[in-house]
Amino acid sequence: MDYVPHTPEEQIEMMKAIGIESLEALFADIPEKYRLKKLLELPPPLSEQEIWGHMSNLAARNRLPKATLMGAGAYHHYIPAVVGHMIDRSEFYTAYTPYQAEISQGILQAIYEYQTMITRLTGTKVANASMYDGATAMAEAAVLAAKTLGRSRLLLARSIHPEYRRVVKTYAWANGYDCTEIPYGASGQVDAEALRGLLDKTTAAVCVQSPNFFGVIEDVKPLADLVHGQQSLLVAGFTDATSLGILKPAGDAGADFIVGEGQGFGNPMNYGGPYLGILASTDAFMRKIPGRLVGATVDREGTRGYVLTLQTREQHIRREKATSNICSNEALCMLAAAVYLASLGKNLKKLAALNVWKANYLKNRLTALPGWKPLFSGPVYNEFALACPDARAANARLEAAGYTGGYALSKDYPELGGGILLCATEMLRREDMDCVADLLK
Amino acid sequence: MELIFEMSRPGRTAGSIAASDVPEVALDKIIDPALLRSEVDLPELSEVDIVRHYTRLSRRNFGVDMGFYPLGSCTMKYNPKVNENVASLDGFTSLHPYAPETFAQGNLQLLHELAASLSEICGMADFTLQPAAGAHGELTGVMVIKKHFEKKGQKRSTILIPDAAHGTNPASVALCGFQVATVRSNAEGGVDLGHLRELMSEDVAGLMLTNPNTLGLFERNIEEVAAIVHGKGGLLYCDGANANALVGVTRPGDLGFDIIQLNLHKTFSTPHGCGGPGSGPVGVKAHLVPFLPVPRVLKEGDRYRWSEEFPDSIGRIRSFYGNFNVMVKAYTYIRSIGAVGLKRVSENALLNANYIKERLRPWYQLAYDRACMHECVFTGERQVQESGVHTTDIAKRLLDYGFHPPTIYFPMIVREAIMIEPTETESKETLDEFCEAMISIAKEAKENPGLVKSAPLTTPVKRLDDVLAARKPDVCWTLC
Amino acid sequence: MAKPNPNDRKYTKEHEWAKIDEGNTVTMGITDHAQELLTDVVYVELPALGRKVRKMQPFAVVESVKSVSDIFAPVSGEVIEVNQALEATPELINKDAFGEGWIAKIKMDEPSELDSLMTAEGYEEHIGTNPH
Repeated sequence: MDYVPHTPEEQIEMMKAIGIESLEALFADIPEKYRLKKLLELPPPLSEQEIWGHMSNLAARNRLPKATLMGAGAYHHYIPAVVGHMIDRSEFYTAYTPYQAEISQGILQAIYEYQTMITRLTGTKVANASMYDGATAMAEAAVLAAKTLGRSRLLLARSIHPEYRRVVKTYAWANGYDCTEIPYGASGQVDAEALRGLLDKTTAAVCVQSPNFFGVIEDVKPLADLVHGQQSLLVAGFTDATSLGILKPAGDAGADFIVGEGQGFGNPMNYGGPYLGILASTDAFMRKIPGRLVGATVDREGTRGYVLTLQTREQHIRREKATSNICSNEALCMLAAAVYLASLGKNLKKLAALNVWKANYLKNRLTALPGWKPLFSGPVYNEFALACPDARAANARLEAAGYTGGYALSKDYPELGGGILLCATEMLRREDMDCVADLLK
Repeated sequence: MELIFEMSRPGRTAGSIAASDVPEVALDKIIDPALLRSEVDLPELSEVDIVRHYTRLSRRNFGVDMGFYPLGSCTMKYNPKVNENVASLDGFTSLHPYAPETFAQGNLQLLHELAASLSEICGMADFTLQPAAGAHGELTGVMVIKKHFEKKGQKRSTILIPDAAHGTNPASVALCGFQVATVRSNAEGGVDLGHLRELMSEDVAGLMLTNPNTLGLFERNIEEVAAIVHGKGGLLYCDGANANALVGVTRPGDLGFDIIQLNLHKTFSTPHGCGGPGSGPVGVKAHLVPFLPVPRVLKEGDRYRWSEEFPDSIGRIRSFYGNFNVMVKAYTYIRSIGAVGLKRVSENALLNANYIKERLRPWYQLAYDRACMHECVFTGERQVQESGVHTTDIAKRLLDYGFHPPTIYFPMIVREAIMIEPTETESKETLDEFCEAMISIAKEAKENPGLVKSAPLTTPVKRLDDVLAARKPDVCWTLC
Repeated sequence: MAKPNPNDRKYTKEHEWAKIDEGNTVTMGITDHAQELLTDVVYVELPALGRKVRKMQPFAVVESVKSVSDIFAPVSGEVIEVNQALEATPELINKDAFGEGWIAKIKMDEPSELDSLMTAEGYEEHIGTNPH
């Protein structure tokens, strides 16, 4: 099966028009010795019915869990039916980047509306049309801070998602920046005194997350004050975007960049992607932030319309002097997020509250078990870290019972011993939580 | 059209949140009230409001399903529907990335087999699937180059890039701490070998080359280019944005390239979704495999597992494993069409591009008059001189004929460039209709240039004031 | 057609002009020919006050919708004033490149540097042979 419409007769007719006798002649510029003499060694082609069967079998080799107790950067939330229906409009999903504004007003307006929703949720003035994911959004904000200030030191809270820290470190290595970790305190929040000691005039950016990897909510305001005291910039991330429904926006607390994973807004877990990175900032960085940005304007007749704007920031114009190399983003995931937010509206607050209650319940059930107790005293959203007798054994028991268990912390935080990170979103039913508590007895 | 915020009515809701089956605790009992927000400023709408709004927006948008989309360098081929159905199977969409490996054997097998297929297609030793887009793949590839020299204890400062390259190339290089030096193109649109020899030194880490290049031309001197770069110990990087011209016919690895990034959303038919998600896997020769990002999938017997055990890896460049669901579609595509189908892809992509080139050459001037690969580049200079009609006017007029315009003003080394990439999935009738529209516009430009300059006339909005948008940026809506 | 290049100032090959105000201070901007090439100016990134610049060092940026151009210091010295009106109305450069569209005032380190710049006549000859 393939998707070439030409009949052999049409091919001959077209070859005549070009003045060649065989399709092989089209490749005359490729030196003969480099042309493949045989077919590639790939499995044989399949008809549509066969491919459907093959792929269904492959999907069935996966095992769908009864429920998921894992958060750690990807969150299981209910996605209203309307989200899938809207992003499945092929006018959206089969379009390229909206370079031709007059026939792309649909997505351009949708991006403008998304940008507005994100600035409102994060307390900022500008939000781009998405980055690849939360981790790269953080890395690019940190690099931008360093380039803007001409400083080369980055401070990363150790309570940031371990994979995000590793991505930031990879980008920092490539640019010759130095990364230092900021320890956390007994609350699970950034140790402000330690931060004060680490900060200096060479510090470009301080990166934190709230809620952080342990699920703990940070008090961003005093951190922002400390950071700005050294004219450094604060990059404030978040784990689950739905937490924005109840938490005070980091923009209001003085963060210079707000970055985070937007998957929780209407995108399935998809075994890790595609997701969308949210990146928002203050007016001061409007002409510097990476990524696509849509602006409102008017046409020749005065009708309101939308265009990709401030493009001189971008690689296709500024080339090696661009603030980032990003071109493709995660537009369709962003559209899902926009439809999701439109669908939830003010209910986002209720949904976030429900997440807090679920996590509170699970935490109470588990900490009633012998040997299970909170690792940190700080307030949490829908995730929490517990000390437990044996995290790996607990996960093995959950796995055997058909659950995706929690995140064993020892790999990334040897100092936390057998700690485990668990998550309870609105998708986790009380009976599942009761069952989990029984299993872990 | 109304903005979604203008449609909002206090108290209106779409759907509802599930009732709590656990005790409801006052939030300020759990979280310090100083950390809580008072309200969420999002629009209040009914479900039908939302459906009508986004459906109306979709009707103001143009996708491949609506018509011909010859956007050069973007490979806007048809996106097979079965791929979408397959990718939305629960087994693929609903697993958490940290689900136990025992739960994810199907996904791991798919990733392992996809990397193997891409390696065979490109003549590379292995692929990482972690990069989320083409430019992200470029960055990853350049990081691999950096690591390669770091391990050898060599410090090289510069990467060479031809003047015809995509802007992402120099931007990726700069984001990796290298200097960019630009290699000139020669009179036939290839790399100027003399200039390359002059620039290539032991301080140069490598050359990033798009092949076929952005002029739609194959680098005929590839053997010599590779010899010059390798001769000084440099690495040859292939920007695979134009791989649609080569699949099944030749392999970048055989041509001497050490590294390649592919764009699954171009060559391998995954839809571009108005700008993404894409996926930009990176393939390398055996000596560079240790530097690929972690984690990587390993096969042991008939089981698959993730491995981080690659101490020389550049590290991570994205969270989790990349845009998995996009890979499901690309995998489905490769399994559907197989080796025979891939060869037919490049053959017919070239056939279509050369057909358009021949049909339009009496009307538009070719930038380089030689056989093209999967795309052809014209210049609108003749129209500018004859009637003051610019390439942008021609593009806008095409909208009135119902076509998505080609890429314009790129590559930058061609003035008034018009870059047409038809792809292999378009029929002869479609190509003929497009050519007739282009010919008709060429005539209009002569006879009635005012008409062309005032286009588009049929779109929901007319030409937009992008100067105003950039001078007084309005990037989020506020109630006036 | 570009406006005539006034005789009361000196010019660089990169299309900047510099005019002596009083003592060791010059006002600088870009020529009308340059603004024509740039098309509609949408944004000007002005140098910081007090910044020390060297002759022909890029120290400001002028942007149109689809291009970015470095602006070079015509002389070495210290930036003592910038045209803040350009922040809100960058189009002043299009309207009046030699007057209201000035970019910065520089206190010269070495006034003799001006001697090496071109006269209006020399500049016209330069753009006659190098239109871009």
